[in-house]
Amino acid sequence: MKLTTRYLGLELKNPLLSGASPFTDRIDGIRRLEDAGASAIVLRSLFEEQIAMEENAYFRHATAHAGAYAEASEGLFPFQDFAFDTERYLEHLRQAKKATGIPVIGSLNGITHGGWERYSKLIEEAGADALELNFYELPTHPNETAAQVEGRYLEILKAIRAMVRIPIAVKLSPFFSSLPNFAQQLAAAGADGLVLFNRLYQPDIDTEALQAAPTLKLSDSSELPLRLRCLAILEPHFRGSLAVSGGVHTSQDAIKALMTGATGVQVVSALLQQGPSVFTKLAAEIAQWLTSHEYESLEQLRGSMSLRRCPDPDAFTRGNYMKILHGWAP
Amino acid sequence: MTHHNTISSRASTLDGNEAAASVAYRLSETIAIYPITPSSTMAEFADEWSSRELPNLWGTVPHLVEMQSEGGVAGAIHGMLQAGSLSTTFTASQGLLLMIPNMYKIAGELTPFCMHVSARTLATHALSIFGDHSDVMACRQIGFAMLCSGSVQEAHDFAAVSHSVTLKSRVPFLHFFDGFRTSHEVAKIQMLEDAALAELVPAEDIERFRQLALTPDQPRIRGTAQNPDVFFQAREACNPYYDSIPARVEEAFEKLAKLTGRKYRPFDYAGHPEAERVVVLMGSGAETAHETVNALTAKGEKVGVLKVRLFRPFSTRHLLAALPKSVRALAVLDRTKEPGALGEPLYQDVITGLSEAQAEGSLAKFPRVIGGRYGLSSKEFTPAMVKAVFDELRKEHPKNHFTVGIHDDVSGTSLPFDTNFDIEPREVARCVFFGLGADGTVGANKNSIKIIGEETENFAQGYFVYDSKKSGAITISHLRFGPNPIQSSYLVTRANFVACHQWDFLDKYDVLGPAAEGAVLLLNSAYAKDQVWDRLSRENQQQIIAKKLKVYVIDAYSVARATGMGGRINTIMQTCFFAISGVLPREDAIKQIKKAIEKTYAKKGADVIARNFEAVDQTLAALHEVRVPAKADSTRTKPPIVSEHAPEFVKRVTSVMMAGQGDLLPVSAFPVDGTWPMGTTRWEKRNVGLEIPVWNEKICIQCNKCAFVCPHAAIRPAIYEPAHLSEAPASFKAVDFKSNEHPGLKYSLQVAPEDCTGCGVCIQVCPVKDKANPKDKAINLAPQEPIREVERENYEFFLKLPYRDRSVMTGDTKTTQFLEPLFEYSGACAGCGETPYIKLLTQLYGDRLYIANATGCSSIYGGNLPTTPYTCNSQGRGPAWSNSLFEDNAEYGFGMRVALDKHVEQAQELVKKLSGALGDTLVTQLLSADQSTETGIQQQRERVLELRKKLVSHRDPAARRLELLADYLVQKSVWIVGGDGWAYDIGYGGLDHVLAMGRKVNILVMDTEVYSNTGGQASKSTPMGASAKFAVAGKVTPKKDLGLIAMSYGNAYVARVAFGAKDIQTVKAFTEAESFPGTSIIIAYSHCIAHGYGLQKGLEQQKLAVDSGHWPLFRFDPRRVGTSEPALRLDSTAPKVPLKRYIENEIRYRMLESSAPEQAQKLQASAQQLVNQRYEFYQHLAKLHGGTSSEGETK
Repeated sequence: MKLTTRYLGLELKNPLLSGASPFTDRIDGIRRLEDAGASAIVLRSLFEEQIAMEENAYFRHATAHAGAYAEASEGLFPFQDFAFDTERYLEHLRQAKKATGIPVIGSLNGITHGGWERYSKLIEEAGADALELNFYELPTHPNETAAQVEGRYLEILKAIRAMVRIPIAVKLSPFFSSLPNFAQQLAAAGADGLVLFNRLYQPDIDTEALQAAPTLKLSDSSELPLRLRCLAILEPHFRGSLAVSGGVHTSQDAIKALMTGATGVQVVSALLQQGPSVFTKLAAEIAQWLTSHEYESLEQLRGSMSLRRCPDPDAFTRGNYMKILHGWAP
Repeated sequence: MTHHNTISSRASTLDGNEAAASVAYRLSETIAIYPITPSSTMAEFADEWSSRELPNLWGTVPHLVEMQSEGGVAGAIHGMLQAGSLSTTFTASQGLLLMIPNMYKIAGELTPFCMHVSARTLATHALSIFGDHSDVMACRQIGFAMLCSGSVQEAHDFAAVSHSVTLKSRVPFLHFFDGFRTSHEVAKIQMLEDAALAELVPAEDIERFRQLALTPDQPRIRGTAQNPDVFFQAREACNPYYDSIPARVEEAFEKLAKLTGRKYRPFDYAGHPEAERVVVLMGSGAETAHETVNALTAKGEKVGVLKVRLFRPFSTRHLLAALPKSVRALAVLDRTKEPGALGEPLYQDVITGLSEAQAEGSLAKFPRVIGGRYGLSSKEFTPAMVKAVFDELRKEHPKNHFTVGIHDDVSGTSLPFDTNFDIEPREVARCVFFGLGADGTVGANKNSIKIIGEETENFAQGYFVYDSKKSGAITISHLRFGPNPIQSSYLVTRANFVACHQWDFLDKYDVLGPAAEGAVLLLNSAYAKDQVWDRLSRENQQQIIAKKLKVYVIDAYSVARATGMGGRINTIMQTCFFAISGVLPREDAIKQIKKAIEKTYAKKGADVIARNFEAVDQTLAALHEVRVPAKADSTRTKPPIVSEHAPEFVKRVTSVMMAGQGDLLPVSAFPVDGTWPMGTTRWEKRNVGLEIPVWNEKICIQCNKCAFVCPHAAIRPAIYEPAHLSEAPASFKAVDFKSNEHPGLKYSLQVAPEDCTGCGVCIQVCPVKDKANPKDKAINLAPQEPIREVERENYEFFLKLPYRDRSVMTGDTKTTQFLEPLFEYSGACAGCGETPYIKLLTQLYGDRLYIANATGCSSIYGGNLPTTPYTCNSQGRGPAWSNSLFEDNAEYGFGMRVALDKHVEQAQELVKKLSGALGDTLVTQLLSADQSTETGIQQQRERVLELRKKLVSHRDPAARRLELLADYLVQKSVWIVGGDGWAYDIGYGGLDHVLAMGRKVNILVMDTEVYSNTGGQASKSTPMGASAKFAVAGKVTPKKDLGLIAMSYGNAYVARVAFGAKDIQTVKAFTEAESFPGTSIIIAYSHCIAHGYGLQKGLEQQKLAVDSGHWPLFRFDPRRVGTSEPALRLDSTAPKVPLKRYIENEIRYRMLESSAPEQAQKLQASAQQLVNQRYEFYQHLAKLHGGTSSEGETK
């Protein structure tokens, strides 16, 4: 059974992509992923905010004391052939491209107009096969409307589209009032695909220290249904590629995502728990399942459970909830 | 290969240190280094080039080694040379002195070698980092040839000549130039290309050098011991080698001239061909003299200057050849002082040379020769002073052994000079910039010099004057640009352009003083263009009008904020400079500024570049000309420098220095021996904190941690009787003191608004959060200016509150802060991690404290003039503080203890001797007093008072002797204080010895893990994986475990503390150390700006250092050996957070991650392993010493 798929216009040997993880941070890790059967890798996001912060912190601390005091007139730090995150990232990307035959997708998380474009171009020039734009943001300003937030994203996307030729995927959070409409606008603005969804890290409260503390938890399969539903809703209308990110841990999870319309399935938490062999295992199990269920191809299965093609579309919409309630008997 | 034409060369703008190092590096294979101002940057450049793998002349990368001291460097160099390697080193001042023993060996063995010295003042009545020839003159007898450069170009050229001739002659060379004036002057010079160096250092010379090497393949022995029969003859055998030097130097100069067109001779004469009056001198002063001679000869005066290049071997033949026959009077100027000598060295040599020449018949007429001193410690040497010397030479009876540049109203040595004498060429643009150390002014100006020097045909010169403070320091940049090479090696006094980057400076310094008539004045001010005039003092307005200044204003901080530049206004001010100075066409200049920004930050920071560009672009719109009215109408005059309540000395002397006018003080103003009054920082009121803490008394729990961590003693608590509040200002805050032991008392926490630097460490440590608004604490930062007046009044009242009796101290953190700090408002960095330890020390023992302070940051913020922070209590007692040297501090403090012990012994002997008259009770009590508590000390003080009363009427001479020693009967506390550079490296030998001696001294090592004061060079304390100067690729060896080494003696009290992690453990360590009857050592974690993060996070980093196991806390007390308790008590738990969490916050580690991620990861992994292993090892030790470990507990 062939599992080839097209994601963002890239020919992939299977739909299983490695999302960003410590494995993709190292060249030998990337090789192991390729050997285990990952069809493409997405690198960790280059966080514009973080880069700017690091650059400026360096600028401030490392240069602040230069020329301030006679005995340390050249400052307190040695000359360094210094590379900030950006340069390290780009170098890693270049090395990754050299080390592997599978597509390498760069990822970027920005905050400013100029920043997004500048770094997109750099990522393309470093050899990325595609670019994943990570719109990871929680609006906090009461004066900004939902339409303005969406408008901002679309502007950024258009600007980047004008800068780079490689395919662009947009990674979103689930918090949009009308995701199908926004997805359509994104496509019109030049998105070649969508990745569903960002996992926003949720802060916790330390009641003793009176502090908000960020938490980091790996995903599990319980996060998948939200994504399945959105895939099913988007698939009929969205003309680009769809990928799922978050909640795929088993071959059954992957198959469900493919059925609801994903062409790409990003795996991270399962990879962290099981190691690169998870790709070998998932690919084998998917192939086996397709064979045992007498599918002719992966394509035959893909989207079969979308809103348009599934036997019970109401199950994906509000009815789902009501039905369960109504059907419940003590 | 012969060159008939000069080798083409490129121009470059660089400083004297880089100019010399550029040659030394290319002509060396091995380099041994040790940091010392002002030579450090030579070593730093070499280190940088080596780490970039730049090859030397022969295509191989020189190998650098940092040693533990200059003594170590000299030994290493000696070895390198004996093993046949082309070696060099760089040093100055005390460092050079430490090399002398080896230099004798190197010279005695006729070893080709060249060292480069940025000549610096030797410490005498005081240390000085600045330039004169006292260090190199201490080397003139060794047998090194000495070649002196007077400019940046010469520092480059003469470096090459020195390396060339040493290889040809076998005589080692000491190449020197003036510290700071030349070493740190930035100038445009012509570079010597490799091809030129290859001509000067041909292969056959290298071959000959290699043959001198010791090798077992052709064994020879060197370093024998010789006896009376032969030593003398053998010592004379080297004479022909020395005889050859002047001619060889001349030859090399000629070769250089052929290669470059630049002509020099061992003695260079410039001036009137039939000069009658000539000055003889060397170094940068000769350039000023040359410039002055040009101006005077143009007016028809028959004067000249003889520049001495080759000082040793001294060649009278060359001197006479250069000196015009017409000369009638000579003034020989020395930049050094030899008290008690017939004259200074150059003077004596000239006299001797001329006498010999006359005796031999080669000098027909002996000119009148006088000698004088100038320029000690970088004292300005100006054309006016040169002219004063020429004027003196004209007199029938000129003053001999004169000084010039000062007003000597004690011995009358000084020559008067006319400060209005001005010869600066009109075509030279002269600019002065007053900046804040932290605002990047100096960097931007160096950049402007590069732009003008390298992008135009103009010559450029920059010299930078720094403050003695480390926080809120002023920098004054002096820039010159012109069509001809610039010889003016003195400060700009008639500027066409003056910029004041800080509004406050206008009231504190004579900013407008250097402005020439018609100059452009640029002000950075928050006031709008139509308000600025009214805000100026009347004096400033008057000067602006009188000098017809054209005034511009910009609110640079607003532009910086708007463009995300934070407090960095340098690019903005630089843009203004180019926009209005007319030095370059505006558009060109802006293009060049941007080019420079891009080059500086290249791939390193797109965002930084973008922000800088934005700042440049927004600057011009914010720059406005200020309309200057015809009349000064300000009602405000400049405020006095110090309060009217200041002591007489502070008003007469200190305040003049504070105003930057110290040059005007006469000799009589000064103590003769470097002794200085205490507690003068309190008069300074520097107002450098833009924000200061404000106390929320309602939620404060009175823990006093804020005061404990304050580096500047600028936030203080007090407990007092409520009655004192009757005279309190209305806004003074007081609450009930929460205490069962002291009911009914009031508690106040007060900030010193004008002394606080606004570092914010106090806010960080405050453990209280406002329940409704947890972002607020019990102290919060607020802008200083609106509350300055009211808090000043509150603080003045607060200082009148009586301090509690010292017996209030119960050994916890809180009560230590009710004791009076006798170390306050130092010039240390905002947020300094060392000063809280010193402040604590003065609180605990300040009234009976001796401090021997190693040179370094702590000696600078502790004792650098104009003002000093150690002060006295209301009884007039306070720390007896002194700095001897860098390398001898343990021994210095030890010596104090030996003296004290002897004093006590003698006093006790005398008490016994006089017991009949004194009475048995008093005698017994005096001799057996328990002084282990504050009460005990107090009682002993009272007994001594009683003793004195009885002694007055006693006629026995023994009574007089006892009177002089009586105070020593009250116990004194000796603390030996310094940084890791001292304790781990240069002073370790002495420290080790003192530890072994077991006398009652306490050693406090404030460990910043790097040479902080000299600019961030690695020490043996630098941790593995941290990047520092001289360890650019990350330190690969572990941090030396000084605590473990000290424990191995078994008889010393040893503690490792970090006040930010566990303040109570710090307090316990200090009190246990003091109570320990033998030697103690406390190794104290000190966060530092050299770690690379905002120091308001210093305490968090201390916690992480401890929690990660990088800095385990412990106390080892030999008194517990043999008891049921462990001698070693671990006060922190096993590593509980990964080391990475600690180090990822600091640039010193992050740099390596960025530049060499794999190396960083490797070192990090090893460091983590070491940290774990070390804790385990300590745990074992804790068990070995007769008990069980009590990890994580402070008992």
